[in-house]
Amino acid sequence: MKAAQAAAPSGGKKHRTGPGLNPKRFWSYMKGHYWLYLFLLPAVLYLIIFHYVPLYGVQIAFRDYSPKFGITGSPWVGLEHFKVFINSYFFGETFRNTLLLSLFTLVFSFPVPIILALLLNQMPGKRYRRVVQTVTYAPYFISMVVICGMIRIFLAPSSGLVNNLITMFGGQSINFMGEPGWFRTIYVVSGVWQNTGWNAIIYLAALSGVSPELHEAAVVDGASKLQRIWHIDIPSILPTAMILLILNAGSLMSVGFEKAFLLQTGSNISTSEIISTYVYKAGIESQRYSYAAAVGLFNSVINLVLLLVMNAVSKKTTKSSLW
Amino acid sequence: MKSHIRPSRGDRIFDLVTLLLLTLVLLAVAYPLYFVVIASLSDPMLVANGEVWLWPKNFSIEAYTKVLGDEHIVGGFLNSLKYTVLGTAINLVVTLPCAYAMSRRDLKGKGIFTTFFLITMFVSGGMIPTFMVVRNLHLLNTTWAMVLPGAMSVFNMIIARTFFQSTIPDELREAAEIDGCSIPRFFVSVVLPLSKAIIVILVLYYGVGHWNSYYNAMLYITDRVRFPLQLVMRGILTQNQIPANMIQADVDLVQHRQYLAEQIKYALIIISSLPLLVIYPFLQKYFIKGVMIGSLKG
Repeated sequence: MKAAQAAAPSGGKKHRTGPGLNPKRFWSYMKGHYWLYLFLLPAVLYLIIFHYVPLYGVQIAFRDYSPKFGITGSPWVGLEHFKVFINSYFFGETFRNTLLLSLFTLVFSFPVPIILALLLNQMPGKRYRRVVQTVTYAPYFISMVVICGMIRIFLAPSSGLVNNLITMFGGQSINFMGEPGWFRTIYVVSGVWQNTGWNAIIYLAALSGVSPELHEAAVVDGASKLQRIWHIDIPSILPTAMILLILNAGSLMSVGFEKAFLLQTGSNISTSEIISTYVYKAGIESQRYSYAAAVGLFNSVINLVLLLVMNAVSKKTTKSSLW
Repeated sequence: MKSHIRPSRGDRIFDLVTLLLLTLVLLAVAYPLYFVVIASLSDPMLVANGEVWLWPKNFSIEAYTKVLGDEHIVGGFLNSLKYTVLGTAINLVVTLPCAYAMSRRDLKGKGIFTTFFLITMFVSGGMIPTFMVVRNLHLLNTTWAMVLPGAMSVFNMIIARTFFQSTIPDELREAAEIDGCSIPRFFVSVVLPLSKAIIVILVLYYGVGHWNSYYNAMLYITDRVRFPLQLVMRGILTQNQIPANMIQADVDLVQHRQYLAEQIKYALIIISSLPLLVIYPFLQKYFIKGVMIGSLKG
């Protein structure tokens, strides 16, 4: 037992099975610790079955899948499916839609939580502050189906809340869900509405870590609140903000499937069809498994490259990185 | 902190503007939610004509009786309950022991396991290959398809691991080992009782996730009887498929039927969010605590 523990802290690399391993020590370690590996077993099995096997199954993107031969028996076709996708009409459209949708999301939903956190942090009145916080977090827990249902009801052309407001002030009612031009606005604004409160939490945490003495000293020196925000609060949340910005930029092409799919209508498809919704339609609905897997893989590769690049940028500029 | 220094005029104006802005934010977030509540309780025609703004008018619970009387919705509610309870239980059984083992300093091969777990956070097979695995395991249209593909979130596991690392002192474990306490026994009778906070956090994160999810169901469940509530709602809320028996039997006016359909949507939103609305105010602090632990890098 003692020997095993002495070896453990330095253990990162040396302990693996190999010629250098002392079998006697290995077995005495295992005798005391086999339970730890049993504890890991369900998680490891789960990840193998539902993450690593699908990773292995990605090869159907390079094959022509047919149920008769299965994943590993279907004939190789190389990059055929990728070529078909890139030369198809859908490529330009879905690529542009995916990129623009997440670019707008990033531009608008990144700064708003920071502003909310800065304001909340400076807000006089603890109790009211808690009320504002509780209410702004709440939408985060509403399901996507309900959010999109609410959007559709509120934006309905004749009976919706928003159009009732517009016509009340003498405007023309707008068919929001039917016009491609509105899709991105709806998507981004509702996202800000739903997530701002929640995303502010992490900044509030960073702000609460600021030493009160800094603020006291600044007050004594006659700094105004705005000056204190600018010179104390903002620098203190900058590292957090940078990491989140980099993370978000790294996931620029991985727009979630769920919301875009639920907000799609027949008439806004020209802006709402993104890569992931297209994968669903081509793969699950039309059962073109190989082709859809290729489109999905194309997307994941871009994501991974983006993430790696952004992580490297972050390491260079802010010395903080994901791993 | 600022007791002896009088706030300057600029600061007082700043405070006022802050209060004003935050009140606007509060209203912007709360009003749509409040509106759903009052609209669900009002005469649907008045809602559609834009006459309901501040409180319910011609109070009516017709929509609620329709929603609660519909077998698809009630069935979906019960299915969701089943998937949520079973799914969360599986999540805990997989996540907690794994997180505990990963939190132990004397675990050999930790580097390999960490890499093994982290890889899955950044690369995945994607929708189609995962679908094929689920299909090949003959899980389509079973309860297992709803609970197994998401049996553990690596992110949540890391939160739990961080929690264990910071709350279970090594000395405690060493003392127990000297007393001949086995690992599972130590885990069950010492670690878990000390970890109520993280268990609540995990139950909430996983539970809310299961309750709100429709993605897995849409991919893996085609049998209507097995639809979770979110999928039933998707049909009604975003595809306008109101079950015919809900509005036809006693409603003859086409116009009124259309209004009632809208009403049903409002009521459905309330009913589906009810479990969360009930627990949210009490457990809010745990959600936030989870974010705090999660933001610690480690």
